[in-house]
Amino acid sequence: MPYINTSNNIPGIRGLMEFRPEVSKALNQLAQVLLVDDASLSRSERELIASFVSSRNECRFCMTTHGAIAANLPGCNDELVQDVWSDYTSADLSDKMKSLLHIADQVRISGLRVTENDIEVARQHGASDLDIHDTVLIAATFCMFNRYVDGLGATTPDDPEFYKKVGEQRTKEGYLTTSFLVK
Amino acid sequence: MAHIKLRDDLFGITSLLDFRKETAAPLCELTQVLLRGESTLTEAERELIAAYVSSLNDCVFCSSAHTAATCALPGGQETGVKPMLTDIESLDITPKMKSLLQLAGKVQNGGNRVQQSDVDLAKESGATDLEVHDTVMIAALFNLYNRYVDGLATRRPEDPEFYKALGNRITTRGYKMPDDGYHALKVSSE
Repeated sequence: MPYINTSNNIPGIRGLMEFRPEVSKALNQLAQVLLVDDASLSRSERELIASFVSSRNECRFCMTTHGAIAANLPGCNDELVQDVWSDYTSADLSDKMKSLLHIADQVRISGLRVTENDIEVARQHGASDLDIHDTVLIAATFCMFNRYVDGLGATTPDDPEFYKKVGEQRTKEGYLTTSFLVK
Repeated sequence: MAHIKLRDDLFGITSLLDFRKETAAPLCELTQVLLRGESTLTEAERELIAAYVSSLNDCVFCSSAHTAATCALPGGQETGVKPMLTDIESLDITPKMKSLLQLAGKVQNGGNRVQQSDVDLAKESGATDLEVHDTVMIAALFNLYNRYVDGLATRRPEDPEFYKALGNRITTRGYKMPDDGYHALKVSSE
């Protein structure tokens, strides 16, 4: 149960969004342009960064949702998502992705933690300015989403089926459609 | 120097919005709705939440800009707020605003730090559900901006006049993206 009366029973972020549609429109558009994009970083890499940052912020709703979406996409699976949550440094990922996840984790702690050396390492592994920019912005965006969801006590379902369904819907439709629970 | 190649006549968040306009559009829209849209919180109060969270995150650019904005808005000047404000006890603001800033501080620390009792405290001081929602959302948004601005090491002017000019620009024009793109801020003419 959220800390405020949202007048609906929809779990997670969509319940908060139903309460404040003017805000939700921009939030979903941001998720859409940042995550549903195969330019430079692939869609599964973007979702993995989102799920990783959420796991480190201990936001179970976002971590599980974006993990489920990532696992549905080409180049990813459930096992890889689990490995990223537990220890990304030993996961089956490119050196470029590992260096970007390191940057994402620094951003998560504080923007001021990112060093010249962190950026240099990512560049040596082939990261472009756009890759670095999008990694920082995805990490920062999930520091927002995680705080929104948990800061208002959004309902976090325990049932794995819920995340499977959300994962299927978002993989297929992106972020601009209404929750399957509203339809 | 910034971590990526940005226009050298722009600073802070403006240089990032210019770099990637596809992501800038929803960010500007979100900020406009939260800080300038219809609300029972004044614009000065909402800018104060942004300034306070940015101060807690040690983000000098955002703290300076939004402190200047709150001071340029009706009801903001008399609070006597200065950039990098972390002590809210001494501020001349309503008990409701004090409790909302305390809530914003918890959100800055981490979403899981917030408990029902923090929200109840704000509501006992007169805050509505919508005001609580928007306070948490504004605090969350500035946790994004602060990390975006400092995580890419954007350039930050030292001159306090720059932030005064920037504060004036965002109080008069708001946060909508200019149709003809971003222009360098001319401190003397703003």
